[in-house]
Amino acid sequence: MLASKAFELIKELSRGNSGSLSPYNEDCIRQVLDEMKSLYEQNQKDVSDTVAGETGLFSGVQVRHAALERNKRCLLTYLYKRLQIIQEMRWEFGSVLPMDIRYNMCEQEISWFNRYNKMLAVYMRSIGDSGLDLTQDMQPPKSLYIEVRCLKDHGEFETQDGNIIVLKRNNQHFLLRSECEHLIRQGVLEHVTN
Amino acid sequence: MTQDKIQSRVELTLYRMGFLDSSTDDKDIPPGSKLELPFWLAYALCSQKRRIVSVELPKAYRESYREVMKADANVVNLYKLGPYYYNFGMKLQCFSFPEIDDVSKCLLSTFQTRFRKIMDASQNIMNEDTSKLTSNLDEMEKALFKVGQKSLTDFQLWETRQVEKLKTSDMVRAHRKRKREDE
Repeated sequence: MLASKAFELIKELSRGNSGSLSPYNEDCIRQVLDEMKSLYEQNQKDVSDTVAGETGLFSGVQVRHAALERNKRCLLTYLYKRLQIIQEMRWEFGSVLPMDIRYNMCEQEISWFNRYNKMLAVYMRSIGDSGLDLTQDMQPPKSLYIEVRCLKDHGEFETQDGNIIVLKRNNQHFLLRSECEHLIRQGVLEHVTN
Repeated sequence: MTQDKIQSRVELTLYRMGFLDSSTDDKDIPPGSKLELPFWLAYALCSQKRRIVSVELPKAYRESYREVMKADANVVNLYKLGPYYYNFGMKLQCFSFPEIDDVSKCLLSTFQTRFRKIMDASQNIMNEDTSKLTSNLDEMEKALFKVGQKSLTDFQLWETRQVEKLKTSDMVRAHRKRKREDE
C-alpha cells in the first residue's frame, strides 16, 4: 500500500515512552525515500505521456502526488518530533546524554544536539554580568543550603570554596543548593527533608 | 488518524492503479468500483475542483449512531468507534456531505455531555484504578483526563508542602528504570 512505510515511522514515534529514544530508523527512511523516488519517476513519465497525447492518466498522477505529499509529511514529522525529544533531554539530563541514548541518534542529530548545546551555553553566559544558569532553580529556592543523601558512589566533588568531599553511597552532606541541584536531578543525590 | 480508512467510490477510471484494489488483478480500476482509501488519499482525490472519487460518510458518524449519541453519549465507547473520534469527525468537514452540519452539531453535543463526567472524574479520583473509566474515552478525552489528574496531584503535593523537595527528573528516572530492566 502507498505510504504505509512512512506510517510505520509515525507509529514508532507514538510507541516511544519518556526517558528513551528509539533507534534512528535509517532503513525505513531509506525505503520511504526510494518509494518517493519511484513515485516521482512514474509521475514524470505519465506527464510526458500526457504531453505526447495520451489522455486519462491525470488521476494516476494525482494519486501519486498525494502519496508523495503524504510521505514527505510523515518523514518531516518523524524528524521534527525526534528533535523535540532530544531538546527536552538536554534540559532533563544536562549537557551530556547517557551513552545508550546517544547511540540511538543519527549523525545529524548528534551534531544538532551539539550546536543546540553551544547556543544554549552562549545564551546563558550572555545574561547579566556573569551569566545565568537557566537549568538551575527549576523551583523557587527556599534556603541556600540543603541536606542531601548520596544514592550511589559518585566520586570526588569539589565545592565552590575549594573543599573536596567524597560522595559515597548513603553519606549525608549539607551543601549549597545551587551546587547540588544538578546532581539531584540526575539522581545521584536525594534531597532530605524532615 | 489520517490513516483511517474511508469507503469511497471511483468516479473516473484510474489507469494503471490496479494495485490500490487488492481484490482484482486488473491494471485499471473502472468507474463505479468501491475502494477503502485512507483519508489522506481520499482527501486529495475528492474536492470541489476534481472529483476522481466520491466518499461516503463513515458508519460511526451516520444517522443511526447520531441517534445513539443523542440518547446517551455517556455510555458509548468512543474509543471503539475510532480512537480519534472527534478529530476524525472534524477532518470529515472538508468533504461536502449533505448531512455534515448535523455531524458537527452532534460532535459538539456529544463532547458537552461527556465532558461533565470526564471533568468530574479527573478532579475526584485519587489513587484508584481508572483504566475502566478511560477505556471508553477517545484519545483527546484521555488527554483531557490526564491533564485533570495531573493538576489534582500537583495541588495535593502543594498542599502537603512536597513541592519544595528537589526531585530526580522524571525522564532520568524512567531512563534508569529501563536500563535496570535491560541488565
